[in-house]
Amino acid sequence: MGQTPFVMQLLDTLAALLLLLSFAMLAQRRVATLVELFALQGGVLCAATLLLAWRTGEENLLLSAALTFGVKVLALPWLLRRMIRRLGVYWDTDPLLNIPGTMLVGVLIVVFSFGLAQPISALASTATRSAIGIAVAVILLAFLTMITRRKAMSQVVGFLSMENGLFFGAMSATYGMPMVVELGVALDVLVAMLVLGVFFFQIREQFDSLDLDRLESHQGGR
Amino acid sequence: MDLLALLVTPLAGAIVLAWSGAGRRAPEVNAAFSLGTFAAACALAWQVATHGEATFANDQFFIDPFNAFLVALTAFVGLTTSLFSRPYMRIEAADRRVTPGGLRLYHAMYQLFIGTMLLALTTNNLGLMWVAMEAATLSTVLLVALYRTPAALEAGWKYFILCGVGIAQALFGTILLYIAAERVLGAQGVGALLWTHLDAVKGQLEPRVLSIAFVFLLVGYGTKTGLVPLHNWLPDAHAEGPTPISAVLSGLLLNVAIYAVVRCKVLVEGSLHSAWPGRMLIGFGLVSVAVASFSLWRQRDIKRLFAFSSIEHMGLVAFAFGMGGPIANFAALLHMTVHSLTKSAIFFAAGHAAQKSGSQSIDRIRGLATVSPTVGWGLMIGALAILGVPPFGVFASEFLILTTAMRDHPWATPILLLSFAVAFAAIFSRVQSMVFGDTTLRRLPHSPALLPVFVHLGLVLMLGLYIPPFLATWYGAAARLIGGGG
Repeated sequence: MGQTPFVMQLLDTLAALLLLLSFAMLAQRRVATLVELFALQGGVLCAATLLLAWRTGEENLLLSAALTFGVKVLALPWLLRRMIRRLGVYWDTDPLLNIPGTMLVGVLIVVFSFGLAQPISALASTATRSAIGIAVAVILLAFLTMITRRKAMSQVVGFLSMENGLFFGAMSATYGMPMVVELGVALDVLVAMLVLGVFFFQIREQFDSLDLDRLESHQGGR
Repeated sequence: MDLLALLVTPLAGAIVLAWSGAGRRAPEVNAAFSLGTFAAACALAWQVATHGEATFANDQFFIDPFNAFLVALTAFVGLTTSLFSRPYMRIEAADRRVTPGGLRLYHAMYQLFIGTMLLALTTNNLGLMWVAMEAATLSTVLLVALYRTPAALEAGWKYFILCGVGIAQALFGTILLYIAAERVLGAQGVGALLWTHLDAVKGQLEPRVLSIAFVFLLVGYGTKTGLVPLHNWLPDAHAEGPTPISAVLSGLLLNVAIYAVVRCKVLVEGSLHSAWPGRMLIGFGLVSVAVASFSLWRQRDIKRLFAFSSIEHMGLVAFAFGMGGPIANFAALLHMTVHSLTKSAIFFAAGHAAQKSGSQSIDRIRGLATVSPTVGWGLMIGALAILGVPPFGVFASEFLILTTAMRDHPWATPILLLSFAVAFAAIFSRVQSMVFGDTTLRRLPHSPALLPVFVHLGLVLMLGLYIPPFLATWYGAAARLIGGGG
């Protein structure tokens, strides 16, 4: 349990990297790159978990690092890449808000997140205090990514990135949730992706596109 | 033992039906598994009624008066819906609206859906409850989109993404709850997410963290409950999916979601020592009641009409739990029961009505009472019951909620009364035009199963006149457990 400030600094760096990747995803309009950024975010998350596991000696964290690596670095990006190839979605159409505007909103979100996280950080005596603020920011930025995109695929990557933020929050504040919960969440996410895979093909069969604008013009009798 | 049977039966059913769900006898197999689940639920309920509450498997699962009646109700409606779905899905298959593959998916996912809801109800672990709720969404996404029409695909997508994002908020709330709990119950504390353990120490949980957690939990599970303004997915999902799915979504899933909200509210209120979480529920509830009942006027689709009615009734339940106290809680629990029974009965009748006219459009359904008196009168009586006409059970619960509101929150009464009146006028006029008048409806290739409709409505009538003592004891005990009120 070496309380070396160096480890703490490293962890803070990784947290900052996580936030940076969220911003990169917010600005990215190429769907394939979005998926790579997501995989990278999973990698950073995995590294942070390993670091924390090494510092605290919690075996649970080793398991959850392995889970992160398997699900978020390997399985999900692989599924997403395959979907992109087979569905042929490469670019997102014009986002609802232009990129500088989105970035500006993103910065405001980060400020807000740190404010919101203040009372929680004060309580969490564990690893890093800034981490919770960053986790909240990652969640909300992912949310922003989702609402400013039109392609179903980009929205899904945003959704998964939100889950990364949640996971980072749980890990940094409490050394992870109980194992059975983590396993369950990972299973849900995987199943969600499989369901979506089926779903996307159905949507494309019907509409010849994954553009959500087209989808919304078919609202039932309202 | 009973609990194991309760959770394993639907799972086994899902596996069996994933292989044989398109077979000629698959609807009967589906009903048989549902019957097995119901038997296990009855045994479990009997155990609670005679021996009181119990925990299982190192406190990971528990059963108390609050979830006992919901487990029984879920298994019961699961059974009757599977009986209703036998002829219904055969007619859909005969009309070529659903493929054999779709039928297999439907049957397997139906069992899985019931199983995940029972898991969410019986687990003591708030994290596992979240996992089960998410799994319940996932198992029904493809069913909502089963017909693969543009509108159905849109409904499925909306359901997936809105409920997915909503429930992600609930996960964050759960994490915050865990952070606060860990301080009290120790690091990697055994049972830091177990509800019974948290309930025992709720007074020591850090109030500021819990109040932030509650906002996230309410938004998350509130989305699944269909509280306005988070209700956008609900009418689409109810209208576009096959009718048995509309019946279980409306009758069961919404109940499970509000159950989750109330479990969290108990903890937060205990920590805050204030009625603030209750007031949030009152606000969301009232807005839902008002918005939903006025939206009823704009509906042209029979299933959409009753979907909005579900939003209204869930709002009312949230309002009653928000007021708290023994009477309002009792009324809310009764209302959950009668709404679930009545609404699923209405969906059964509405489903067959739509099949007869070949359309869900209210304008195209005419003269049901002439062609098929049972469907017509089933719909009429169901509509009267849900509108709170005495002597049905909905009247009893709404009356209790209204009188408590007059005493504790008099300002809310006019809003409620106006909403009830608006809802009455909207639903009654539409149902009347569908039931009476000349007709152009066709005969169905399989005779519809209407026994469930009248069994449900009979039970609702009974609950309006007489509540069995064991049920009254459960409601009373659960109402004390939920507490609240000033």
